[in-house]
Amino acid sequence: MLLLGEALAILTVGTLRRKGPSAKHVVREMHMIGVASLGIVCLVVFFVGLVIAMQTSYELLKMGTEMYVGRVVGLTVLRELGPLIATIVLGGRCGAAIAAEIGTMKVNEEVEALRIMGIDPVRFLVAPRILAFTTMAPVLAVIADFVGVFGGFLVAVYSLNLTPSQYLDTMINGLVVKDFLSGIFKSAVFGLLVGSIACHFGYQTEGGAEAVGRSTTLSVVTSIIAIIVADAVMTGLFVYIL
Amino acid sequence: MTSNPHHIVVNNLTRAFDGRKVLDGVSFKVRRGETLVILGGSGCGKSTLLRHIIGSLKPDAGLIQLMGKEITKMPDYEFSEIRKKFGMLFQGSALLNSITVGENVALPLQEHTNLSPDIIDIMVKMKTSMVGLTGFEHLMPSQISGGMKKRVALARAIAMDPEILFCDEPTAGLDPVMTAVVDVLIKDLCKKLGMTAVVVTHDMASVYRIADQIVMLHKGKVVFEGTPDQIRASTDPIVKQFIHGDADGPISFKQSGEDYLKSILGDEKTA
Repeated sequence: MLLLGEALAILTVGTLRRKGPSAKHVVREMHMIGVASLGIVCLVVFFVGLVIAMQTSYELLKMGTEMYVGRVVGLTVLRELGPLIATIVLGGRCGAAIAAEIGTMKVNEEVEALRIMGIDPVRFLVAPRILAFTTMAPVLAVIADFVGVFGGFLVAVYSLNLTPSQYLDTMINGLVVKDFLSGIFKSAVFGLLVGSIACHFGYQTEGGAEAVGRSTTLSVVTSIIAIIVADAVMTGLFVYIL
Repeated sequence: MTSNPHHIVVNNLTRAFDGRKVLDGVSFKVRRGETLVILGGSGCGKSTLLRHIIGSLKPDAGLIQLMGKEITKMPDYEFSEIRKKFGMLFQGSALLNSITVGENVALPLQEHTNLSPDIIDIMVKMKTSMVGLTGFEHLMPSQISGGMKKRVALARAIAMDPEILFCDEPTAGLDPVMTAVVDVLIKDLCKKLGMTAVVVTHDMASVYRIADQIVMLHKGKVVFEGTPDQIRASTDPIVKQFIHGDADGPISFKQSGEDYLKSILGDEKTA
């Protein structure tokens, strides 16, 4: 929490005073995080889209309403599963990598060396990563939305024999902008959580290789729990209040 | 500040961990351009002393002046300016493993100066050639040997042309030839760049090669202060045992903090 506060202070006040993280580092981290998880996010969300379409069509067929499969897939993927699955994959893929990386640096006294060289490790290591996670999570979520919808599209067209326009029309008619935006907003919060948690567990690593492993595991487990709890809270807000 | 001949002044430095005094009234001075070696056995407090001088630990009592400024009560933002004027060679080299050798050397320059990448590139080449590693800039730290890492770390430590160079056991874990190479490099660089150096070590061969002045610590206290010639001639039993590397003598191999009788009989029986 302290670390997150410090990192956020550096990202906001620091950037205003030109003492924020260097743009080069942020871009490099964004590149690493985005590229590293893009393939696996697409793969997972594609199959999630397929599964949702198959599962709902089973029920929709009984009621003769299979033409609405697009609407169901669209709502579930955009509002919920696109952002959720994308950031969980992000946490498992990149959160773990970051926790291990910072943890190893801590154990090898690289972090201490940075501090003694007069380089603030929070500004140098933590702030760019948290910022990169927070910005890349929504980007991944948008891509995940498209890929998930495409997964459902294949089921609709090849299994339910709907025309592409039937699938897309019912989806677009059933969606409002808020559905899409709420998903994107959630993914940014999830990204912030994953980034802070990974950096936190990496940063508090003390000891040897075993401690790095522990930090990595803790980072992934905590990220997943935090994402799902935050999801419940935010979905509650969107559904009942906003 | 330039009129003050003493670049580093440590006065009556005291620090205890859990009631055990690790540094007990340590005082010494280092003149500008001089190389001081802090000598002592494992656990004598020499690394702790170094950590106090570089500001990563704060003393319970006592004063430390670096380049004429008292640092023990200095706020962080002010101390960060002092930090830019000293370089540190770490025991385990502490190179960042995720970036190349050249980027490691460039790091302090990128972070603390507004120099253009071209200039930084030239400076990196100059510094790496000073430590005899021209052409290795593109390698990762994991691809080079321990002795090369030490030299890269040395190049990084002098990247900002510091006024003071600190070295924590610069030759630990190196073979005798590489030890001599690193020693000669440290000595040469100090002379060429006019740096004041503080070197922590327990290797007597290194001490004779690089020291202008020696401070020897034992159980947190200064037991010897003088030149290499003086330490050779010393009749102090602790100093003699250490420089000759004898197992028998006043320096005990037992590290127990408790009284021997008390530890085997328990508290009640000795009371």
